[in-house]
Amino acid sequence: MTTVRRSTVTWRPSADLETLRQRSRLYAEIRSFFEARGVLEVETPLLAAAAATDLHLHSLSCRVSLASGQRPLFLQTSPEFAMKRLLAAGSGPIFQICKAFRDAEQGSRHNPEFTMLEWYRPGFDHHQLMDEMDALLAAVLGTPAARRQTYGQLFAQHLKLDPHSATPHDLARRAAEIELRAQGMETASRDDWLHLLWSHAVEPALGSGGRPTFVFDFPASQAALARLRPAAPETGQAAVAERFEVYLNGVELANGFHELADAEEQRRRFMADLEARRASGRPAVPLDERLLAALEAGIGDCAGVAMGLDRLLMLRLGVDNIAGVLAFAVDRA
Amino acid sequence: MATYNTSQFKSGLKVMLDNDPCSIIENQFVKPGKGQAFSRVKLRNLINGRVMDKTFKSGETIEAADVHETSMQYLYKDVDAWHFMVPDTYEQHAVGEEAMGDAVKWIKEEEFCDITLWNGQAISVTVPNFVNLKVTDTDPGLKGDTSGGGSKAATLETGAVIRVPLFIGIDEVIRVDTRTGDYQSRAKE
Repeated sequence: MTTVRRSTVTWRPSADLETLRQRSRLYAEIRSFFEARGVLEVETPLLAAAAATDLHLHSLSCRVSLASGQRPLFLQTSPEFAMKRLLAAGSGPIFQICKAFRDAEQGSRHNPEFTMLEWYRPGFDHHQLMDEMDALLAAVLGTPAARRQTYGQLFAQHLKLDPHSATPHDLARRAAEIELRAQGMETASRDDWLHLLWSHAVEPALGSGGRPTFVFDFPASQAALARLRPAAPETGQAAVAERFEVYLNGVELANGFHELADAEEQRRRFMADLEARRASGRPAVPLDERLLAALEAGIGDCAGVAMGLDRLLMLRLGVDNIAGVLAFAVDRA
Repeated sequence: MATYNTSQFKSGLKVMLDNDPCSIIENQFVKPGKGQAFSRVKLRNLINGRVMDKTFKSGETIEAADVHETSMQYLYKDVDAWHFMVPDTYEQHAVGEEAMGDAVKWIKEEEFCDITLWNGQAISVTVPNFVNLKVTDTDPGLKGDTSGGGSKAATLETGAVIRVPLFIGIDEVIRVDTRTGDYQSRAKE
């Protein structure tokens, strides 16, 4: 005789089945959008020997048994490095829908494992890629043409400060003035203060009323993998990163770059990241020498962008919590 | 001393902030795709009830508050305090006026309440959402009116004064929503 026990384990999906059907439809629309434009769908490994060096990205790692022995491999935080190697190999325009993994990210808009749409356009700069982003959003969300504003304009509009020249002291004082109380900022960098103010006082107002906002020309210190445009003293324009972000209803949806194609500069940024990791006690990670070699071979002038598809689906369906669009959110995985 | 890391923040967590025990109402994880992560937290000060916003850089820690809720039975009031008892242990707690707050309006002897204790001291009292109380004074009833079209003031056995329909008379027992102070219905005894 077996004893029948009623299980109290939650086995049901986080999202309802209609939402999952909508996800499938969204992917089909995205694929047909890119097919019509001659952009090739590709697939690259989720596991890689190198990890993202960015101070604020935490890669998950696992030990993999290979013919050559046991080796640590990292789950990708985005498919960027592998896709750039395809560009260097002459792939032409490419896109990918894949999983990305980021440790220590969980919340109403974050799940440690999430789905990303990433695409690259040889010959485009970030403005041309924003045009294509606008067309994609119109196709899948039915949104009107986006507002386009620089990071500097928006920062000045909401916080009455120039983010390119403000000192950490200026930024801290502004935070106090708007009664933004934060703990742990004693050792904060200038960029930490910018992130604090931006995420609390600017971001929630972006892309309001169902019209996307594209923010471009970020502070040079937040270039990540974007090209830098040097300062233009004649116009008073500070040096900026040729990077853009997409917001809708206060939600950050995508991040794009006019891609840095200079291998030497890329190596310097990786080394600066590693130094920042060392200084803040974070683990060092192996550099992607294969990416650097591909950049040396040449990826040409191109722009690329990554978009969170779970968030896109949330916006399309009016769902507030990411768990509501995932078959199984991490607490049910 | 126990502490919580930002990654453990969730609603209901009891923490110490500016020397007062607080309860986390809402925790929003905020992180730009490229940049520093923060926990944006809404907290209620459990002493004075005030709600405030505070942001923590990810990885920050905060001291845990030794706060828990216990169901207790209200026994009696004397000049200084309201006295409650834990039924299982007969342990008694005296609760001062500040901690009682609005509960004084709805509480009667033998009623069970949730008492919030911080380091063993009562800091707040939560009465049941609905209580049955007797009307001790109100204008004479207008018997014919059962439509609930109008209302009048009524004093309850606890001393609280609320609005009731015109047909409610003295000595009737009514059901009151303690969260809003609204009349619900005649009590079904």
